[in-house]
Amino acid sequence: MLKISTAPHFQTNKDTKGIMLDVVIAMLPAALVAVLFFGFPALVIILTSTIGCVLIEYMANRYLFKRENSIKDLSAIVTGMLLAFNLPSSMPVWMILIGAFMAIVVAKLCYGGLGKNIFNPALVGRVFLFISFPVQMTNWPKPNFMHFWNIDAQTSATTLGIIKHIDAQTSATKHVVELPDYTQMFLGNVGGCIGEVSVLALLLGLAYLLYRKIISWHIPVIYIGTFFIISFILWITTHSIQYDPLTNLLSGGLMLGAIFMATDYATSPMTIKGKVIFAIGCGLLTAIIRFYSAYPEGVSFAILIMNALVPLIDKYVQTKFYGQRR
Amino acid sequence: MCKIKTFSKGGIHPDKYKITTDSPIISAGLPEFVTIPVKQHIGSPAKILVSVGDKVKVGTHIADADGIVSADVHSSVSGEVVKIEAVEGGIGYLEDMITIKVEGDEFEETINLSNDVNREIPYTAEEIINKIREAGIVGMGGAGYPTPIKTSIPEDKKVDTLIVNGIECEPFLTADDRLMVEKAEQIVIGAKIINKALGIQNAIIAIDENKPKAIEIISKITKTYVGVNVQVCATKYPQGGEKQLITAITGREVPSGKLPYDAGCLVQNVGTVFAVYEAIMKNKPLYERVVTISGDTCLHPANYMVRIGTPASFLIEQAGGLTPETTQVIFGGPMMGISALNLNAPITKTTSGILLLSDAVAGKSPETDCIRCGKCVDACPIGLQPYLISNLVQNNQIDELKNCHVLDCIECGCCAYICPAHIPLLDYCKLAKMELRKKN
Repeated sequence: MLKISTAPHFQTNKDTKGIMLDVVIAMLPAALVAVLFFGFPALVIILTSTIGCVLIEYMANRYLFKRENSIKDLSAIVTGMLLAFNLPSSMPVWMILIGAFMAIVVAKLCYGGLGKNIFNPALVGRVFLFISFPVQMTNWPKPNFMHFWNIDAQTSATTLGIIKHIDAQTSATKHVVELPDYTQMFLGNVGGCIGEVSVLALLLGLAYLLYRKIISWHIPVIYIGTFFIISFILWITTHSIQYDPLTNLLSGGLMLGAIFMATDYATSPMTIKGKVIFAIGCGLLTAIIRFYSAYPEGVSFAILIMNALVPLIDKYVQTKFYGQRR
Repeated sequence: MCKIKTFSKGGIHPDKYKITTDSPIISAGLPEFVTIPVKQHIGSPAKILVSVGDKVKVGTHIADADGIVSADVHSSVSGEVVKIEAVEGGIGYLEDMITIKVEGDEFEETINLSNDVNREIPYTAEEIINKIREAGIVGMGGAGYPTPIKTSIPEDKKVDTLIVNGIECEPFLTADDRLMVEKAEQIVIGAKIINKALGIQNAIIAIDENKPKAIEIISKITKTYVGVNVQVCATKYPQGGEKQLITAITGREVPSGKLPYDAGCLVQNVGTVFAVYEAIMKNKPLYERVVTISGDTCLHPANYMVRIGTPASFLIEQAGGLTPETTQVIFGGPMMGISALNLNAPITKTTSGILLLSDAVAGKSPETDCIRCGKCVDACPIGLQPYLISNLVQNNQIDELKNCHVLDCIECGCCAYICPAHIPLLDYCKLAKMELRKKN
């Protein structure tokens, strides 16, 4: 018996699940570095958050929303890993689960599931935890390379935390804590959220995402570029170490945000032009929040604010269609 | 050789599956009956000139163009007209067809059957267009737009370039490729003939990169023909789309809602150009064409020279028949072809291939939710936003559709191919066009 269907009779074999799997693979280097520097606790966080997100999605779909289960698309794993990457390694397990609930149920499923959410679920989870548990969310265990069971390490400050408290007027003389050097920041041997520390691992992930054509270069490059240019201008006009462009580029959640969170399909614009506007907005807001707010870190807020503008960007940014040129 | 050209916006790279690239064109032989539709072109059906019981020969004029946008139809076999009635076509609609019982293989005396290549063009522009009309030639790339109308450029328009479309960007199909390899010189002369009809000196034969043999052979021949050149294009779908090809070759864009001559170009498929050569030089009406029979479940894939009206099932039998794995038969290519319901439907002037596909190739995965990846926007060669069009159609927001330029959609299917959520975006675009046309 022959089937009939409408054209095209050909489909790509890269489906939603395959895309999500590629994103998970791209995050593996950063996950590995997290475990290498922060040991067993980092592994606990990644597993708790990932398994937590998948289970919560399964249960919520089944008992709360009563709809077909969506865990097979693997997006809950991506959200879970991203949430874990945004937490310090000393985060208590029950708090992680609250964050996972906020991410999956409130930020994603309440809007109708994958693709219909306005805000990046992992970031909603993170910001909720950040506001609710500020002490735990800013407690940064010191990285300790290759000491897997080292669970009662000292705490340290993040690079951004250090420079935030340098008085801009009296400049560099006042700080008592040494700033890590660029190489350490690049490799990830600094205090911070477990997945954000290693720029190297995140860039590897970016290379994989670009190679597999999961994302285009526009958002990460323009986001980071915009932020770099702003901090560079501030740096050469003030000479304050607070604006040192390289330190700013290599520290905090900028790389993680620009590579894995701002590029989230559902919460970024559909067109290239829209993506450029979105990325410039993210870079601008990150700079404003980092340099002028009470928080040392601005990536999460910047991306969430730009997320809210995506429907507007999509509505007003039109693609150039064929035949428009006369 | 100069730079490889392509269109800049959108496009996809589906698997090629060009199984029959090296299979020479062989004759498909004669079936017992042929059923020849009177409408194998865009426009009004041709008026039937024969009645049941009439004896016809190969090339006998059996239906006459009705009005300007129409085309003559000729018998493809010799024998007796046994039936003139509506018969089920490929997708199950009833179409008027002339059924002829095949007896022997006699040709009209006017047809020159020699294989010699004639190089001198003995006609004027007007005579050429008349002869093309008398031969019943239509665009053989798939659209079936009558060639004489396409070649008669309105006086206020100016065409400076003829583009011969040797791009076969649909997976599986190799009919045009083989024709270029085997009838290279005839195609080049055909291009000169159309040039003469247009009164221009510039023809470009566009061939995509994955046809090295055709590129080599035609490049060699064009050296001795002034005004005909080869341009290699990138292997990308839909490189063979008229608009995409014009942009790739000339850098011009056809304005929205206008025709190729508004961009100073005329595009003709290589099959059409070969038919023009045969009509002018050999007095041969269009009664046969090359058809690729292929597909992942086709036992003996091949390129056949097929008489128009031959039942598809006759070709399928020759290629080894359907296998238990065959779940779909496609007339045309897998991107734009139609899914056949009736395998006894005839090969027409526009049938470029018959594909026997299994679920492994043509199976459709269940639709899931849009994840807003934007791949449809990136893939659309016209710069449309298929996801938006699909949403608007589903929400019945027809007024907002007007700003989406969906009437410019060329229905290439890139959006539906690339969609990771397997949303039938092309269906929604077609629906959007229908809704808009209903409203106007």
